[in-house]
Amino acid sequence: MRIPCPHCGARDAQEFSYLGAADPQRPDGLDATEAAMLDYVYQRDNPAGRHRELWYHGAGCHAWLTVTRDTRTHAIESIEPVRRRGAGAAA
Amino acid sequence: MRYSVFSLLAQALKGHKGWTPAWRDAAPKPEYDVVIIGGGGHGLATAHYLASRHGVANVAVVEKGHIGSGNVGRNTTIIRSNYLLPGNTPFYEHSLKLWEGLEQDVNYNAMVSQRGVVNLYHSDAQRDAYARRGNAMRLAGVDAELLDREQVRSLLPFLDYETGRFPIQGGLLQKRGGSVRHDAVAWGYARAADSRGVDIVQNCEVTGLSVENGRIAGVETTRGPIRARKVGLAVAGNSSRLAAMAGMRLPIESHVLQAFVSEGLKPLIDCVVTYGAGHFYISQSDKGGLVFGGDIDGYNSYAQRGNLPVIEDVMESAMALWPGLGRVRMLRHWGGVMDMSMDGSPIIDRTPVEGLYLNAGWCYGGFKATPASGFCFAHLIARDEPHPVAAAFRLDRFTTGRVIDEKGAGAQPNLH
Amino acid sequence: MSAQPFRLAGGGLIDRSQTRSFRFDGRRYEGYAGDTLASALLANGVRLVGRSFKYHRPRGILSAGPEEPNALVELRAGARREPNTRATTTELYHGLEAASQNRWPSLAFDLLSVNQLAAPALVAGFYYKTFMWPARFWEKLYEPLIRRAAGLGRAAGREDPDHYEKAFAFCDLLVIGAGPAGLSAALAAGRAGARVILCDEDFRLGGKLLNEKREIDARAASEWIADALAELGSLPDVRIMPRTTVFGVYDHGVYGAVERVSDHLPIPPAHQPRQRSWRINAKRAVLAAGAIERPIVFAGNDTPGVMLAGAVRAYLNRHGVLPGREAVIFTTGDDGWTTARDLAAAGATIAAIVDPRPDRDPALTALATRLGARVVTGIVAGATGGRALEGLTVRAASGREEALSCDLLAVSNGWNPTLHLASHQNTRPAWDDAIHAFVPSAPPAGLSVAGAAAGRLSLALALVDGARLGGEAAAACGFAPKPTPQPPRTDPEGVAHSPVWRVRGGKRAFFPRKAFVDFQNDVTDADIELAAREGFRPVEHLKRYTTLGMATDQGKTSNLAGLAIMAEQTGKTIPETGATIFRPPYTPVAIGALAGHHRARDFRPTRLSPTHRWSQDQGAVFVESGLWMRAQYYPKPGESDWLTTVNREVLAVRNGVGLCDVSTLGKIDIQGADAAEFLERVYVNGWKALPVGKARYGLMLREDGFVMDDGTTSRLAQTHFLMTTTTANAARVMQHLEFCRQVLWPTLDVRMVSVSEHWAQAAIAGPKARAVLQGVVDPRHDISNEAFPYLAARAVTVGGGVPARLFRISFSGELAYELAVPADHGDAMMRALMAAGEPHGITPYGTEALGVMRIEKGHVAGNELNGQTTARDLGLGRMVSAKKDFIGRVMAKREALVAADRPVLVGFRPVNRSERLRAGAHFVGPGRSATLENDEGFMTSVAYSPSLRHWIGLGLLRNGPARIGERVRAVDPLRDGDVEVEICPACFLDPEGARLHG
Repeated sequence: MRIPCPHCGARDAQEFSYLGAADPQRPDGLDATEAAMLDYVYQRDNPAGRHRELWYHGAGCHAWLTVTRDTRTHAIESIEPVRRRGAGAAA
Repeated sequence: MRYSVFSLLAQALKGHKGWTPAWRDAAPKPEYDVVIIGGGGHGLATAHYLASRHGVANVAVVEKGHIGSGNVGRNTTIIRSNYLLPGNTPFYEHSLKLWEGLEQDVNYNAMVSQRGVVNLYHSDAQRDAYARRGNAMRLAGVDAELLDREQVRSLLPFLDYETGRFPIQGGLLQKRGGSVRHDAVAWGYARAADSRGVDIVQNCEVTGLSVENGRIAGVETTRGPIRARKVGLAVAGNSSRLAAMAGMRLPIESHVLQAFVSEGLKPLIDCVVTYGAGHFYISQSDKGGLVFGGDIDGYNSYAQRGNLPVIEDVMESAMALWPGLGRVRMLRHWGGVMDMSMDGSPIIDRTPVEGLYLNAGWCYGGFKATPASGFCFAHLIARDEPHPVAAAFRLDRFTTGRVIDEKGAGAQPNLH
Repeated sequence: MSAQPFRLAGGGLIDRSQTRSFRFDGRRYEGYAGDTLASALLANGVRLVGRSFKYHRPRGILSAGPEEPNALVELRAGARREPNTRATTTELYHGLEAASQNRWPSLAFDLLSVNQLAAPALVAGFYYKTFMWPARFWEKLYEPLIRRAAGLGRAAGREDPDHYEKAFAFCDLLVIGAGPAGLSAALAAGRAGARVILCDEDFRLGGKLLNEKREIDARAASEWIADALAELGSLPDVRIMPRTTVFGVYDHGVYGAVERVSDHLPIPPAHQPRQRSWRINAKRAVLAAGAIERPIVFAGNDTPGVMLAGAVRAYLNRHGVLPGREAVIFTTGDDGWTTARDLAAAGATIAAIVDPRPDRDPALTALATRLGARVVTGIVAGATGGRALEGLTVRAASGREEALSCDLLAVSNGWNPTLHLASHQNTRPAWDDAIHAFVPSAPPAGLSVAGAAAGRLSLALALVDGARLGGEAAAACGFAPKPTPQPPRTDPEGVAHSPVWRVRGGKRAFFPRKAFVDFQNDVTDADIELAAREGFRPVEHLKRYTTLGMATDQGKTSNLAGLAIMAEQTGKTIPETGATIFRPPYTPVAIGALAGHHRARDFRPTRLSPTHRWSQDQGAVFVESGLWMRAQYYPKPGESDWLTTVNREVLAVRNGVGLCDVSTLGKIDIQGADAAEFLERVYVNGWKALPVGKARYGLMLREDGFVMDDGTTSRLAQTHFLMTTTTANAARVMQHLEFCRQVLWPTLDVRMVSVSEHWAQAAIAGPKARAVLQGVVDPRHDISNEAFPYLAARAVTVGGGVPARLFRISFSGELAYELAVPADHGDAMMRALMAAGEPHGITPYGTEALGVMRIEKGHVAGNELNGQTTARDLGLGRMVSAKKDFIGRVMAKREALVAADRPVLVGFRPVNRSERLRAGAHFVGPGRSATLENDEGFMTSVAYSPSLRHWIGLGLLRNGPARIGERVRAVDPLRDGDVEVEICPACFLDPEGARLHG
């Protein structure tokens, strides 16, 4: 598998490590509920098809990347640095 | 027809013209007491135990392709019960005991071969971890022996003991572990279940689950709707897809795990060996092929095929462990789709939908679990309560924190 | 007997001036350069080369290529023995040694051929129906017998003396196969300027064209090949790789290939590998792998002397070998007739041409007349002969049978495209009615298929396809294609063909002559019928039940016939029955090649601390710690065992001063206005109040609430922290922090970088530590107890201006410091510390002594940080802040994680102080039996404490802290251990921490 890193160019997937689904959002802050956190930590859509997922270019630029990939064919549709989120303020 | 050496010889005299299909290629009836989705090892075993142990024979096993076309025929055929945690050990030991009587139970020779499983250790910390595990096994009544380097050497003289990057220091041996002819497991259960009246319905893909007032009513399939009082999901690899039909999300990711076989060779290795300095395990089949495997590729996949990095990693471990394999050729490699659960352990439980039962999340352990998985799933479906040895495999364990994390890897499936 | 009695006087692509002598089964023969082992054996009249898998039937040479199912030998000897090697692709070299396999005592007389007598019972899947009683006989009796009989060749079993390499290549176009289609594709793309790699598994390029007497543009095909190769050689960006098999297609244009660098030589030349495995990254690929001829299933079709018609031409035309003197051709297409022509031209007698097609091209009849060959419109119903073909039963259309005598039967039944690579991504091929074969359908992205591999079975089409697809590939990579020259003109060839999958036997007999579908696995047509009868009808069931196509050739010559017979049984068409898909690799690949240099010591990289040489000089014994080699202990002459040494090292620290390398700890430099806020969120404890110049112990959780890692983090400036991690988790923590920064909280002003390898770090521990340091740290830095108290952390200079960092932290519980200098100065730092410490008796100590002292102090390490423990389990619950959010906060509060009866860390000492403790023992209450129900936890770490003079342990025990003073048993059934232990606090020494502050 080759991953077209937006910073480094196409590189062998061996240079990257995989985390999992990109969509779950961490419920930040002291008021985060256990239910929301359980959902974030454990529950997955796990689709057969289009999947947005997180890869880390550990042997390259150290960027976390959002890859959109088809889990049936492994074809990569798009790749970008993780989306900047609005606020990261905890509590 | 009962299989035995006598029926075989009698048929030999008749040119084998009298054999009948091992199981009927059934068409679906409109309604069953129980529909099991998934004609793999677990689904077929469930049907067999429902019929033979619980007298529930009005059962259909529906399979989208042909029975045994998933992971039961794609694994490295290892059986063992050398687990660490109390949630797992009794279950896998129950499975091993069922393996030990399988052929007589189903009248099919699946070549259950208790050749021994050795897990090698390469450091003091690893030895301590195996001591903890081996003692846990002994406390649970499971056989286990801690071997030092010389004891391992007498068992496996051809491994690299001295010159390796991570010299072998010893191993944890379970003599009752071994291997089984994987396809025969599916066929044996299918034939046994069929003989008790279970319908095995192939080329019947489930397209929807009918839920009425929070209760399961049946399944929609490519061969029409089938009504059922109870439905069991045994579709590891695709559990999330099926669960989604009932509006459920699962603590599971689907990952590809590759397996390998060498060309057929005269006997080289008697037991199953797992390398401790890399994820690698190897044994030799009765036909002579070395069967081996390693880690999952590590990314979500439904493709049933993997990539070169893991292939090379497996070969490197093979050579590091056993330098005499250099000129042995890898004949085939293939992939299976694993349900990788969030704690590395399986789920056998009820679901929020009444009458819908889930058997999922088998990670690397699905094949060895086949008999107990079927046995406990049948128990759950028939009696609506978990079998004691599978009581820890609950879906709500993530909520309560009673996770069963053998490797201590946390909620990241590709680390288990 | 003349040398090489079946060698033709002239012709062929062999070099008759280069004799190659070789041995087969101990007998010496000669061949020529350019021979394969198979062609050389045939030249010497050797036809019996092996025994079959199950029935041990005599087998000969069927093919001339990688599809060979029968002619498998053990090549070479000793540690270089290579079992199951195809004689048909083995390049003959001087001194080659080969032996037949699966026979005993000899090839000609094989005792296990008695299996043929039991054949009526040994049908497909017979073993599933028997050997079940009595159960315990399986492992003891039945299985050992089966295992001994099964398998083919014998592996060397000894360390492979040769070495292997891995290599990577990048190109615009990868062309797989250097036959007419592949050469044309490479030419078209290469002329356009594309970077091209052309691979062929053969040692000579040209593909099937090498086997044929063909003309291109009115010249011999060999000249066309030579011109093409010359032109390709002149193109700067074209790389030609013979002896290179592309074995697999992987995602995103990655192709696996193996180059057989030295397999054509007795042993690899100095500094050359035996084989090199390639990962080829190609933007486009053209599969031009040709096609494989199909045999016909009839009784006795495995008799040595029955050969594929195309292979006969290969031996005649390429190798100058006459495979038989009296030949019959059994063909279902025009192609087979060419073999008759070439055989006759080489001097063989054509006893008959058997072709079932009534409506043949009249030109064929004219050809037969010219050759003086009889033509039978019919089929071959059976072959006779044991170790060599003696004759045939030929059945005419009328049903009349007659016996013909011959020593060669050339069989031609059409061709299957070599589509293996196109199906590697699980796409099923499509059925093509025109050629009665499966052709590639939906090949992997970027791969196109040319010529015979695409089912376009003529030379003319191969040339056209190759040029077109090569040009298209170049264009897709941005190269303007050169105007296509006129496609070369080729001589006419007949491609009409109507296959016969099998010929049914005649009279029934108890021992009917078997008709083989899969030669190598001994699968017969009757086995396929049995599978149909028993319901194993889907192709995957058929294959697995009968083992059809599961042998080392993956059914290259057998799968389709098997499907066809199944289709016949079920009344379906072949495509309705299934398709032939192939798994990688295309041909088997040596495990050594895919491992490359990653074996023995080079299996994984070895990381050495910057102080490694110093440790070596001190006589250290090293131990693997992940990828690191760490000094485990430093034995002195006269010390009898490691424990003596470790005790000395520990006491030296406790009573004087010791020096230990801790460079392997992970170090992460964290900077930014929000650095403190960031640490608040990743650690369970607070960081905002940490003053500049101070260190603090930190504990971080995974998001699921279990402990991830621990270590000290120091505040070097208001916005600058230095985090340390455990050695094992350094990379993981770095990745985790980057995740937190980039994914979770991108708005925080913080950045981090791993500096683990930039700093060498040493622990100086013991009551005299300060005195030693004062000799090293430049005097302008006041490191007195008052100026540099416990947990101080500051930049200093050492040795006259070398920048350094000094931390007053302690893992041993003694007055202790860690001193860090840039890695290049690590060695000098250790030597300077030794020199400064000499008056104080400074003692180097290793990881063992480190471990003993941390256990004495009750500090947790890898055995406790096992991913299954919470902060509370480790006795660190008090550290957890309730005032802020941090990773793992919510999940750590789940009911089971805060349950009172969870095992919690406590200390243990044997009631009988002379008894030894062992890690991995489990705790059971006094008087209780050692069962799972009574299991209360386990011993995580143990050590012999030389200070206390007895063994001590740390362990996780249910409700442990509430049970201090009670006794439990540490049971260790694995090692027959059962020790009564007393539960005590986890800290065994100086619980008040007085020594720290000294």
